[in-house]
Amino acid sequence: MAVLLIAEHNNKELRPFTLNAATAASQIESDVHAIIIGQNSSDAAKQLSELPVVKKVISVEGAHYENFTAENFAPVIVKLAENYSHIVCSANTFGKNLMPRIAANLDTSQVSDIIKVISPDTFLRPIYAGNAFATIKSNDAKKCVTIRPTSFDPCESTGGSAPIEKMDASDEFSNTKFIKREEIKSDRPELGTARIVVSGGRGMQSGDNFKLITEIADKLGAAIGASRAAVDAGYISNDHQVGQTGKVVVPDLYIAVGISGAIQHLAGMKESKIIVAINKDGEAPIFSVADYGLEADLFEALPQFMEELNKLNTIQK
Amino acid sequence: MKILVAVKRVIDYNVQIRVKEDGTGVVTDNVKMSTNPPDDNAIEEAVKIKEAGKATEVVAVTVGEEKAQETVRKALAVGADRGIHVKVDGILEPLAVSKILQKIVDKEKPDLVFMGKQAIDDDCNQTGQMLSALLNWPQATFASKIDVKDNKLEVTREIDEGLETIEINVPAIVTCDLRLNEPRYASLPNIMKAKKKPIEEIAASDLGVDVSPRLELLKVEEPPKRKAGIKVANVAELVQKLKNEAKVI
Repeated sequence: MAVLLIAEHNNKELRPFTLNAATAASQIESDVHAIIIGQNSSDAAKQLSELPVVKKVISVEGAHYENFTAENFAPVIVKLAENYSHIVCSANTFGKNLMPRIAANLDTSQVSDIIKVISPDTFLRPIYAGNAFATIKSNDAKKCVTIRPTSFDPCESTGGSAPIEKMDASDEFSNTKFIKREEIKSDRPELGTARIVVSGGRGMQSGDNFKLITEIADKLGAAIGASRAAVDAGYISNDHQVGQTGKVVVPDLYIAVGISGAIQHLAGMKESKIIVAINKDGEAPIFSVADYGLEADLFEALPQFMEELNKLNTIQK
Repeated sequence: MKILVAVKRVIDYNVQIRVKEDGTGVVTDNVKMSTNPPDDNAIEEAVKIKEAGKATEVVAVTVGEEKAQETVRKALAVGADRGIHVKVDGILEPLAVSKILQKIVDKEKPDLVFMGKQAIDDDCNQTGQMLSALLNWPQATFASKIDVKDNKLEVTREIDEGLETIEINVPAIVTCDLRLNEPRYASLPNIMKAKKKPIEEIAASDLGVDVSPRLELLKVEEPPKRKAGIKVANVAELVQKLKNEAKVI
């Protein structure tokens, strides 16, 4: 039986992690169908049909799907489920909100946030904030799986031409009403997908001091991250938070400035390829995961860092 | 309005967990246990709503072994009125827990059910959504702000793109983010008072719910360790290493 991938999108285009989820789906079973539920989302549906790993697209449109409400999405997928062995989507806030609602309706025990497909019924997933890995075998006939997007490469995005099948909308769930969404707009790369992330912690001492980080991030074309301590102290808004309760990031380069390295923070960044720690406390736990540690006062080190970057002839972007 | 709050006993968030040598799980013997952190936010919010005169009763419920009752007792010490302990041995999957909670909801008929958005042990992030599916109630997950308005709630949710605000009709489920509030500490007099508050004990087996596992835990292992890095002497050396050795800038 085929695998059903739930596409994440903004009605205009696919969200990038749909490509990572598609890769995971294709590792479970080569016959991947993808469903896109939205309103005026035909461009995104076309994009989905161009992913070479997707063999068929199912498109469902309706005004009550415009804002991705799980209570409206779940019945559509439950209705289709009998044709599929697995239902797959990303373990970001979209998928985390939606998939358990589907799984419970199908009487299936969901496998959350997998980082590896071992076989079609066996998966690797982190537990305890990534401090242990569990190998889980699902004995349910139908499997509901969410995938950690940063653990799978994005699939090819062009070259495919899967047929797009329309499906009728289900009834509206009237007890939940969307009011508004406040998206944080920025010219910077998105934290979840950036090649370089520069993060500040409590050691920054104020929101104003984050400009030292901003400057370096601009120079490197990097996203800006923060520890929970910095967010809780009000230095920076919470969409920058990296960690167990924030975002999990896997950049090529992660620079942690004034971050001690609490377990919850490490859970969000320790899979980064190269980690740099700048901290004046030489005993800070962040140094235990850092490839390059600099024991220094960040208020001296960051201006020097900027100076050194300015001396370089070229900087990779 | 009556609020039911589900709480879970987990390894304390400050504990560095250890994987058992035989790979069957993590060490829990002689390890400090606490209430799952966002469940503390759920209790706090329910108590605040009651203090504001918008709720009449806060009932704390846990599903777990004998000692799980400590988490209910703690909830009583910070303001819950009474407790329910559904006793069960071993680890239940979120699907089974949500089926048990569904039975408790049938019995207690709350207007709202609150719980943490995720437990920090299995990191599943499923129970609240599953319970709302089973009840066919609205769900407001990852809540960072709750406004109670008659028979509606306006809830601000933490989503990847920023913040989303939704309005849900009661009865409803809310799963709480750590940013929702600052949980209070229990005062000594309140801890003493909590000892007199009632906790009803129910055997999970009496609820007629199939809690048999669907998932097999084949192995628990330590994640691959990072190779030890080096300390650099100064910023110039750091930038040189990043440029010429790691080749990332």
